[in-house]
Amino acid sequence: MMIRSPMPVAAALDGVVKRYGSTTALDGLHLGIERAKVTALLGANGAGKTTAVSLLLGLAEPDAGRVSLLGDSPRRLETRRRIGVMLQAAALPDTLQVRELIAVTSSYYVRPLRLAEVARLAGVEDVLGRRYGRLSGGQQRRVQFALAICGRPELLFLDEPTTGLDVEARAAVWSVVRALVDQGCAVLLTTHYLEEAEALAHRVAVLVRGRIVAEGTVDEVRAQGVCRRIRCVTRISAEEVRAWPDVGSATREDGRLQIEATASESVVRRLLEADPQLTELEVRRAGLAEAFVQMTRENA
Amino acid sequence: MDSFDGTSKPPAFAGGVSMLRILWLETRTEYLRLLRTPSFSVPIIGFPLLFYVLFGVMLSPPRAGGAVGQAILGAFVVFGVMAPGLFGLGVTLAIDRDRGLLALKRALPMPAGTYLAAKLIMAMFFAVIVSVLLMLLAATLGHVALGILEVCELLALSALGVVPFCGLGLLIGTLTKGQAAPAVINLIYLPMSFLSGVLLPLTVLPRFIARLAPAWPAYQLDQLALAVVSRGSEWSAGLAARHALVLAGMTALFFVIARRRLERHG
Repeated sequence: MMIRSPMPVAAALDGVVKRYGSTTALDGLHLGIERAKVTALLGANGAGKTTAVSLLLGLAEPDAGRVSLLGDSPRRLETRRRIGVMLQAAALPDTLQVRELIAVTSSYYVRPLRLAEVARLAGVEDVLGRRYGRLSGGQQRRVQFALAICGRPELLFLDEPTTGLDVEARAAVWSVVRALVDQGCAVLLTTHYLEEAEALAHRVAVLVRGRIVAEGTVDEVRAQGVCRRIRCVTRISAEEVRAWPDVGSATREDGRLQIEATASESVVRRLLEADPQLTELEVRRAGLAEAFVQMTRENA
Repeated sequence: MDSFDGTSKPPAFAGGVSMLRILWLETRTEYLRLLRTPSFSVPIIGFPLLFYVLFGVMLSPPRAGGAVGQAILGAFVVFGVMAPGLFGLGVTLAIDRDRGLLALKRALPMPAGTYLAAKLIMAMFFAVIVSVLLMLLAATLGHVALGILEVCELLALSALGVVPFCGLGLLIGTLTKGQAAPAVINLIYLPMSFLSGVLLPLTVLPRFIARLAPAWPAYQLDQLALAVVSRGSEWSAGLAARHALVLAGMTALFFVIARRRLERHG
């Protein structure tokens, strides 16, 4: 399943297979990252996200298939000068000051942003003279974000960008990412925070065991899972409701009937017909998180 | 944190990437990194000086200022040169691999080779510093007389002689985990210093160990140092060239294996 769009892709994995010994990490994966859009790659631990990112960055070679980064090989230095990278697993040297880290990373790029501007965008103005190892986890993430954006990237890889950030700092990072995207930057986001994908991503790809099991806009992916949650106090039994069309599951918890349904209107209509005394009716649209949990469970 | 406006002017060096600037900044950060890590810089510089004062000055034979004093100095220069290469590359590479920094550097547009070149330059710098301090101690406390030519040659020997140990350190760095690297390197560094005849005369070692000594790069460098300091008596250009060639071969071997491991395993 490939993300197809008339927009040119900034990076793509085309039928990529990657094995580590007897383990197949990616199994014929197709993934496209569109320009001027945020693509979120979601998956449980071990689903193959890190391997996919490693291949796109040229850190590993595929056993089969093709990897394209900005229309070229990720191994080419000129190509990588157009990308920005923030890896969750990369710890910067503790003894270096923030300004030293930004200066050395900026030197890799043709037209880097000024130090003051990078610091302002990433929210690290106050810690430029401090050593990386003496910063809080949240401040360290911001420094890593600063290094990712300092080269005016056309394609930005963000791996868990807001882990450890407070609500305000997270919103600030999101705002910078949106501004970059408005200017045409493509973003590949891997995150455990599904609300982050919901807030930022134009497109979502759900990876399970090295294969994409769902892809599309956030709404489309959400619709591929359970899309409505219904709760009410009623005398109708869960067993009876479970047999109705459009009902995924029905359980009784704390005296309330809880229904997961793919279409809420028909189920609610039938509930009211079957029990006019029904009270405390709630209908909620299921989030990306619920759809994600369901997909990963079904495909595990 | 405000929104990205993209209106900032590019800095003065924009319009191209300067390799020299990258190398300078990489080397500078490597220098600062090591200088701010006392557990690295203090033993690397301090131990050879301490050992030299103890064994080369206080416990050396009386009136050892002549050929014996020069030979002792040459041996301690070799001892001092080994550590920046082994620890400077081995430990930092193992830590960078462990912590994911090497992967990040490879993903970023850092020119290939700059990372290692910066570490090499730093190791050379520390090796020369140690040699200079050792020569100062030798001239003052040890009453060892060295001509300008010998001093220059010893400094050149230090700067170039650290390279094989950089190769060995690099290889160890690709084989070990970050926290284990210092212990593994110590397990090689100290035994090599004794078994190669650098800190102990080969004549006091069991014969089979003495026979194996040429297999250590430290032995080869020690022979070169000896050739430099005893130029007047035993200097043989042919012999020195042979040791230099063996050392170059060992260096190439270390770097080739380390590079293969880095390409395969990161």
